[in-house]
Amino acid sequence: MPVPARRLSIVLAEDSLLLREGLASILDRAGHEVRDSVGDADTLLAVVRKEPPDVVITDVRMPPGHSDEGLRAAAAIRAELPEIGILVLSQYVADAYLSSLLETTTGGIGYLLKDRVGHVTEFLASLDRVAEGGTVVDPEVVRQLLARRRDDGPLAALTPRELEVLALMAEGRVNSSIAEQLVVSEAAVRKHVGNIFAKLQLDDGRDRRVSAVLTYLRS
Amino acid sequence: MERPNTAWTALSSKRFLISSWPWRSYAYLLSSVPVGLLTITLLIGAAALCALLSPILIGILMMSAFPLIGAAIGVLERWRVRLMIPAGVPSPHAAITSGFSRRARLTFRRRERASIRALGYGLLLGVFIWPLSTVFAGLSATVLGVTLVTPFIASVDEVGMGPWTLNTTVEGLIFLVAFAPPWYIVTSYILGALAGAEAELAKALLGPREEELRRNVAELRRSRLDLVDAFETERARIERHLHDGVQQRLVGLTMTLGLAELDLPEGEGRRLVVKAHGEAEAALADLREAVRGIHPRVLVDHGLEAAVREVADRSPMPVSVRMSLPHRFSTPIEAAAYFVVSEALGNVAKHAQASRCEVEGWVSGDRLVVTITDDGIGGATLDGTSGTGLTGLVTRLDALGGTLDVSSPPGGPTRLRMECPCRLDD
Repeated sequence: MPVPARRLSIVLAEDSLLLREGLASILDRAGHEVRDSVGDADTLLAVVRKEPPDVVITDVRMPPGHSDEGLRAAAAIRAELPEIGILVLSQYVADAYLSSLLETTTGGIGYLLKDRVGHVTEFLASLDRVAEGGTVVDPEVVRQLLARRRDDGPLAALTPRELEVLALMAEGRVNSSIAEQLVVSEAAVRKHVGNIFAKLQLDDGRDRRVSAVLTYLRS
Repeated sequence: MERPNTAWTALSSKRFLISSWPWRSYAYLLSSVPVGLLTITLLIGAAALCALLSPILIGILMMSAFPLIGAAIGVLERWRVRLMIPAGVPSPHAAITSGFSRRARLTFRRRERASIRALGYGLLLGVFIWPLSTVFAGLSATVLGVTLVTPFIASVDEVGMGPWTLNTTVEGLIFLVAFAPPWYIVTSYILGALAGAEAELAKALLGPREEELRRNVAELRRSRLDLVDAFETERARIERHLHDGVQQRLVGLTMTLGLAELDLPEGEGRRLVVKAHGEAEAALADLREAVRGIHPRVLVDHGLEAAVREVADRSPMPVSVRMSLPHRFSTPIEAAAYFVVSEALGNVAKHAQASRCEVEGWVSGDRLVVTITDDGIGGATLDGTSGTGLTGLVTRLDALGGTLDVSSPPGGPTRLRMECPCRLDD
């Protein structure tokens, strides 16, 4: 089990007992503190307001409406307590939900398919990134975003490798993680990133590059 | 001059007396005699038979078949009334689907309101109408007939015609000339009016009723909408069931397998767990795909445009989406439009050999219009093998009052156009 960058205090919102326990045991074994686990959005808000945690992990669909209560709770928490990292998990991800997450914020947010939790190491890395104020976007959503822009001019100018780097950037990965994934050096990744930003005519502001890429892809 | 099409317009025509209408009236009134007698005999006979057989229950059961006699009388009378209403009276009975058995057909007819109305008409015909017709038509025909032969009879014998006594042929002729025309004129109008009234009665009782038709149509429409609604509710229920049940369990399984991977040392055991993890994920992906085909979540949460964009993103060819929809629509409409786009894009990818495709959506008046255009080889139809999914959607749209049309000349381009009212309430 990997050692976490820091021990996080976490509030978990998930209406399925099975998954709540599964998640809690993974987080627990990773050395994080699951301060509260709740089964609906109202309790989540109450618990978070009472004593803010480092990160909130929430399901999208929860009682009573079984619609997007988790997303709305996330938006409310972000508006009231912007320092709390929010990781949204869903049985099903789509770009359409991303806007409600990204509209209010530029960092400390994550949106992942629930299946990703099973890839424990990567999941915990994503959690750390969210806690540090980074952005994490599910590869499936990135795939959707890229599909939409495939016939677009500037994207067509990217090389296949640059497209891969772009997709990983959109997922919110840092250069070292991209390098590891693609089995290349960090210097090579830096070069690709530079090329991508030049070709897409984007500003490479170090800490805002994920939102820059996402904004570009979503426009 | 246009031929009059009812007895009433004929009566007000200047040519009434020299038209066929007086004779039609006679024929109509006099032909009611055999029909009326037949009807009353049939009804009394059937009633007597029922009464006779009632101790062994069959008689009571047979009474329920009375409306069928009414329906049969209706058929005969609608045919006879063409004498007075040449355009005919349409049948008020609902069309029966060919799938019905003989027994089911009879049961259906027996329960129809129109059959009971026709039975009522049969009673009127048997008890009042034919005697009335006999008295009027019989009397005037007899008087006219006798008047016509008066000169011959008067030549051989004394004839008493009302207050007059006629002794000679000349007197008979004078009587004929003086009496027959006014008698003919007066009785023709009276009989014309009587026959016209009877025909109107037949039409009113044996023809379709406007409000009944309207009510039937409204009821049918409502029940079809209910069906579509029930269909959507059922899909939502299935989706919820999958989401809360099997999907959660599979996700739980991937979590457990993920944890197991971390604890296991490198080796065959770990390799198998990783493989199992992959398979569980593949099952989840398949399940998500299936759920998308049942009740797409994005459609429910974000509406038609977002859902259409998502389908477009999944398509193997570039699909541009241009939609300007001012508001959300009710669930059955959004679902129908979504599945049209989804099915159409699937067909384009499979059959059209297209390099690109365009989906557009807008509201025109009070109708939602969605078009899907591709630059493929064309030749697409809504029936046949290529569009089996779409044929089902045509039925679904039909229930919503919408339409689906395809324009696909050989060589392309193919354009599918869906239209649907924006509101379902009438």
